[in-house]
Amino acid sequence: MGAPAMENYFHELAALLDRSMAAGEVYTCALDAEVSDFVRMNHGKVRQSGTVTQQYLRLHLIRGSKHAEHCCTVSGDLARDRDLVNASLSTLRDTVSDLPDDPHLNYATDVKSSRVVKSGALPASEQVVTEVLDAARGLDLVGIYAAGPVYRGFANSLGQRNWHEVASFNLQWSLYHRADKAVKTGYGGFAWAAADFAAKMLGARDRLALLAQPARSLQPGSYRAYLTPSAMEEIAGMLCWGGFSGRALATRQSCLFRMKDGTAELDRSVSFVENTADGVAPAFQDEGFARPGSVPLVEEGRLVGSLVNPRTAKEFDLATNGANASEMPDSLDMAAGELRSSDALAALDTGLYIGNLWYLNFSDRPACRVTGMTRFASFWVDKGKIVAPVNVMRFDDSMFRVLGDRLVGLTAERDLVVNGETYRSRSVRSMRLPGAVVSEMAFTL
Amino acid sequence: MVESLRLDFRRLSCAADFWSLRVVDERAEGYSVRKNVPQPPSLSVDRGAMLTVHAGGGSGYAATSDLSRDGLQRALDRAAGWARASAPRSLIDFRTLAAPAPRGEYASPDADSTRWSRRDWYALLAEESRNAGCDPRIVDWEASVESRTAEHLYLTSAGGEVVQRYRFVMPNLAVTAHAEGDTQIRTLNGYRGLAQQGGESMLQRFDFLGSGRRVAHEALQLLGAPNCPRGTMDVLLMPDQMVLQIHESIGHPLELDRILGDERNFAGTSFVTLEMFGTYRYGSDLLNVTFDPTRPEELASYGFDDDGARAEKAHVIRNGILERPLGGAISQARAKVAGVANSRADNWNRPPIDRMANLNLEPGDSSLESMISGIERGVLMATNSSWSIDDSRNKFQFGCEWGQLIENGTLTTVVKNPNYRGISASFWRSLARVGNESTVKVLGTPYCGKGEPSQVIRVGHASPACVFAGVDVFGGDG
Repeated sequence: MGAPAMENYFHELAALLDRSMAAGEVYTCALDAEVSDFVRMNHGKVRQSGTVTQQYLRLHLIRGSKHAEHCCTVSGDLARDRDLVNASLSTLRDTVSDLPDDPHLNYATDVKSSRVVKSGALPASEQVVTEVLDAARGLDLVGIYAAGPVYRGFANSLGQRNWHEVASFNLQWSLYHRADKAVKTGYGGFAWAAADFAAKMLGARDRLALLAQPARSLQPGSYRAYLTPSAMEEIAGMLCWGGFSGRALATRQSCLFRMKDGTAELDRSVSFVENTADGVAPAFQDEGFARPGSVPLVEEGRLVGSLVNPRTAKEFDLATNGANASEMPDSLDMAAGELRSSDALAALDTGLYIGNLWYLNFSDRPACRVTGMTRFASFWVDKGKIVAPVNVMRFDDSMFRVLGDRLVGLTAERDLVVNGETYRSRSVRSMRLPGAVVSEMAFTL
Repeated sequence: MVESLRLDFRRLSCAADFWSLRVVDERAEGYSVRKNVPQPPSLSVDRGAMLTVHAGGGSGYAATSDLSRDGLQRALDRAAGWARASAPRSLIDFRTLAAPAPRGEYASPDADSTRWSRRDWYALLAEESRNAGCDPRIVDWEASVESRTAEHLYLTSAGGEVVQRYRFVMPNLAVTAHAEGDTQIRTLNGYRGLAQQGGESMLQRFDFLGSGRRVAHEALQLLGAPNCPRGTMDVLLMPDQMVLQIHESIGHPLELDRILGDERNFAGTSFVTLEMFGTYRYGSDLLNVTFDPTRPEELASYGFDDDGARAEKAHVIRNGILERPLGGAISQARAKVAGVANSRADNWNRPPIDRMANLNLEPGDSSLESMISGIERGVLMATNSSWSIDDSRNKFQFGCEWGQLIENGTLTTVVKNPNYRGISASFWRSLARVGNESTVKVLGTPYCGKGEPSQVIRVGHASPACVFAGVDVFGGDG
C-alpha cells in the first residue's frame, strides 16, 4: 500500500468508527504501520532479506469512566477489515460493560489535528545493498539495512485526526578486524546520498586500521575517559529508562529521584530537554494529547521536569505533557558544551577513548549506579594520541559522579543519533548528544 | 482458519526451488490491579503470515497481515523477488539445503481447557493487591497477568504441514518500598519470571495466591537491611537467579548464529568457537545442561521449530564438557556440526534465527539444607534484578533483589543490593554443588532480545539451586 493510500485508509477507517458509535460511547484509535525492507548482512554477503508489511490498529472504547483497549492486525483493505473492526468493537463493548469506573481515565477532549509527512523517494533497497557490499569488498562487514515508510495515525470520535508519516532508511554496520575488534558505524536519514555513505565508509576504514595494532588490557581502576556521542547514547538511554518518568519519580522508582529530592545533582553544564520539535517521533500520543515542542527535564544539573502521561497526571495530580505510557523520551536532546570535538583527544590527554558502550544496567538504581561494557572501537590514548585498541572493560560507577563532579567538559558539536531499534516495529526515537570528557570513571573487570 | 489457508497455499504460484507459508495467530488478554485500582484490560489479536522463498541459491521473505489469497500471492512474489536479487551475493547457497517437509502437531498442556474469566482474574489480582499495600512505606505495587493463546501453521511446497497450538499464563507481582532516601523493589521471581505453558494451575505451583503479603514483607525487610558485603566468597544462587546465569552465560554464547558471526553488529559474538565442541571444559563435572523442548509446562516447548525441524531433547554440556551448539538446520549446514531444532521467530513478521528455547541445568544430588550447611562464609542470592555481560558473553555482572548471608553453615542477616561478577569461561568451573530435584523451578522469560531486525522471544529455563565457590561479591552504594 502506498503512502497516500495508507492515509486514506486510516481516514476511511476513522469514518467507519464514527458511524459505529452508540450513544454515550467515545473511541480513540491509533494506527501503527510500516512497510519495511530488512537486509541483513554478514561477512560482506547477504544473510537474510525481506519485506515486512504490517498494520496494527489499537482501538480504545470509552463509556463514561469505563474503558478498554483492543489491538488487532488489519489488512489495509477496509472492505476486508470492516468485519475485523466490528468484531473488535463488539469485544470491547462486551468487556467494558462489566468493568468498574477507572479513576485515572484521561483522554484529550480538545481537538488538535495535525499532519506531518516526510516522504522522500528512497532508492530501491536492493540497489543500496549492492552499493554497500561493493564498498565493503575485501572487508568483513556485518550489519543491517532497514528502509521504508513508517506511519502513525490517531483519530477519535470528537473529530481529531493526526497523521505522521516518515519514509526513512537506517544502515548500521560493523567492519571487523578479528574476534571482537570492530568499528561500528551508522548512516540514517530521509534521502540516501552516495557521497555521504562513502565518507562514512572511509572513516570506518580509517578507524579499522587502528585496530590492527596489538590490543592493550587494562587493570581494574579509575581512568580518565572520553565518551563519544555513541557511548553517551547508552548512558542517556539508562537515564531514559524510567529516569524522567513522572510516575517513576512520584513512586521513587526513578534512578533520578534523589535529584527530585534535592540530595543529588549533576554538573551545571548538563541539561536535558525532550525536544519533540526537532525529533523524528510524532507530536501526538496515544490518548490524543499534543506534545509540546520542548519539555525541559534537567537544567544546569538540576531536575526541573518530567514526562507525564495522562494517567499519571490523574493519579498524582500533575499536568500531562503528552508522554506515552512508557514516559520515556522519544527525542532527548542534551545541551552542547564548549569543548571542540577536534580537541577532545587533547582534553582527554591520557586515558580511555570509548567509542561505544554496551549492555548497561543498574547496579544500584537509587544511587544511579550503572554498570556496562566498552565495545567496538575503544582505544588507549597517551598525551592526546591514540596508541592502541583496548580489550573490553567493565565499568561500574554512579552517573551522579560521571555526569557530576567528574565531568570535565561536553563537546560543542552534537550527533543526531537515530535509534535503529527494530523490536516489533522500526523505532522513531532519536537523541541529540555531545561527547564527554570525564576525569575518572571506575572500571572493575 | 487452517483449512482455508491450506487451500489458498495450494493455489499460490511460484517458480522457485522451495517456498513456505508460516502463519501466527496469537491472542492475548492482560489484566492488572495497581495500588488497588483495576487497570483497563488490554486485549489483542495479532495475526499474519510470512512467505519464504528459496530461488537460484538465494532466499527471501515477505510478511503480511493481509491473509487473503491475493495478499499471500503478493507477499510470495515479493519474497521470490528478494530471493533472486540476493542470490548472487547470498552468504548461503540455499540450493544445498534439504527442503523441509515436516508433518505433525503439538499442543500445550490445557490448550483446550476452559480459561478463567476476566472477573476471576480481577478478583484474584485485587486480593493480592490489597494484601501487598499493607504499609505506608509501600509506595507502589501491582498484581497482573498475561494470558495468551497462539496457533502456528507451517506449510511447505515440499508437502510439509505442522500445526502447533500454545497456551501461556504469565502472572506478575511487584512491590516497591521506599524510606529515607532508599528504594527497594521485590517481585515474585522477577519481572514476568513466572511464565509457563498451560493453564491457571501454574498459580498453585508458584504459590501466587497469598504472594502479595509475602512479597511486600520481603520488600520492607530489604528496606531495613544493610548492603551486601564486599569480598570473595561462596554464593548460593536460587533458581530465579540461576535462570539468568544460564541464559546469559551458557545460552547466548552457545547460539550457533552468534558463533558464525551473524549477530556481531548487534547482540554480539561469542567466546565459544567451533573447535571447542566435543572437548572444551565449560564447567565442573557437575555441570549438565540440556536443550529440552519436551518438558510440557516449560515456556518454550514445541514439536517443531519454525524451519520445520522436529524438536528433541539433547545435551549441550555433559559432565562439564561442551557437546553441541544451539543452532538450527541452516546454521548446522553452515558450520558442519550437529545442533538442535531451535530456528525460531518471535512472530509472523520476523524471520527465524537461532534461539535458545528451553535450556535447562539438570539437577544434582544436594539438598538445599546441605548446600547451606556446607558454606562457611557466603551469601544466598535470589531473583535477578540486574544483568550485564560483554558482547562475547564472557565478563558479566549480575545483581539480585534478595540476599541473605550464610555464616558457618547457617542463614543469617538479610542484605540488600547483592551483586556479583565473573567471567563465563571460568565461572562455571567453580560450580561446587548442584541442588537436587526438590530445589528445581521451571521458569522463563517472554523478553529475550536478539536479531536484526530485532526479536523478543519466549525462552524457558529449569534449574536447581547451585553453589559457586570463590565469587567476587559486592553491594550497593548507599
